Amino acid sequence: MRDINISELERKFQEKIDNDVKIEPNDWMPEEYRQTLIRQISQHAHSEIVGMLPEGNWITRAPNLRRKAVLLAKVQDEAGHGLYLYSATETLGADREETIDDLHSGKAKYSSIFNYPTLTWADMGAIGWLVDGAAIMNQVPLCRCSYGPYARAMVRVCKEESFHQRQGFEIMTQLAQGTPEQKAMAQDALNRFWWPALMMFGPSDADSKHTAQSVQWKIKRHTNDELRQQFVEVTVPQAELIGLTVPDKDLKFNEANGHYEFGEIDWTEFWEVVKGNGPCNKDRLDARRKAKENGMWVREAANAFAAKRAARKSA
Amino acid sequence: MTKKEWPLWEVFIRSKAGLNHKHVGSLRAADAHMAIENARDVYTRRSEGISIWVVESNNLVASDPSDADSLFEPADSKVYRHPTFYDVPDGISHM
Repeated sequence: MRDINISELERKFQEKIDNDVKIEPNDWMPEEYRQTLIRQISQHAHSEIVGMLPEGNWITRAPNLRRKAVLLAKVQDEAGHGLYLYSATETLGADREETIDDLHSGKAKYSSIFNYPTLTWADMGAIGWLVDGAAIMNQVPLCRCSYGPYARAMVRVCKEESFHQRQGFEIMTQLAQGTPEQKAMAQDALNRFWWPALMMFGPSDADSKHTAQSVQWKIKRHTNDELRQQFVEVTVPQAELIGLTVPDKDLKFNEANGHYEFGEIDWTEFWEVVKGNGPCNKDRLDARRKAKENGMWVREAANAFAAKRAARKSA
Repeated sequence: MTKKEWPLWEVFIRSKAGLNHKHVGSLRAADAHMAIENARDVYTRRSEGISIWVVESNNLVASDPSDADSLFEPADSKVYRHPTFYDVPDGISHM
């Protein structure tokens, strides 16, 4: 038995992190680091999987074959991203089924944005542009996260998501340049998704209980408010360019410091949605539970088929 | 019996002829054949590969990170294994 005390292990661990040496699955890590990552990566995985629902809603009603093929590819990517991330939680010793059951029981969280309904085709544009845009802003710094498997999964996810954002912006651009009805539909989608997109970055820094430790461990590289500000800076000019108006009467460009200033987020709404009281929370969880229950026969059939194939091979 | 979970598989992809297979991640599948099919969908949606290996994770044996010093430190002190260790007079080429 090696006689190394915990504080010495912790010191070496932090030293690796400070020197930008990645932590890999079999390396020693503090239990709290492991638990923080399991929580964050599984929430991220759940968000990818639940995120398939609002868009899946429109696959059969896409306006043409090109749009349908694109949306199908995007939703398939989200499934892939969920799978990369569930695998990453397994490298930390998490049990995949328990992780998924925690989502279904309501114990685990996922991104609050997916609890809003997708009412029109323009919402596919707004989601790709704003929701994937905000997700990319969150995920690019995660490519340098201290935990190797998470960082590597994020590199793949970010590469794939740049198409997601572009296809959404293309939908918005075309609607904004279309008939007055189409433009109104695009504006309506922006109106409904703008504030929930800003909420995707999480509570303000003052109320974010995990940020400080996560920054020290280089799980997080920027605070929620920094990323939110960055999102506003890049997105507002994009809206202006296609002739849409960001629904914020307090939004203004500060000539003196070169940054946008924006209005107060409705934090009551944010916490209500996080607590499960958003417009679609119940629908989303019901859909996921049903998918597991109704899909169970597929898992069982695959096991039975594998057993049959193995028996045939050994015969 | 049918409640059993699908085993975990490690996935390795050869991105093009001439390069070696490289670990890309893992996934769950009922057997090796289905693991390859799943790997095709999960890890090669954008022409990332021309060949896939899958190995059941249970069958993988890894070195222990706490043995890293004894395993790899001896190589660190043998700088003479690298060409830059040697002095070559000015004017010498093709060496």
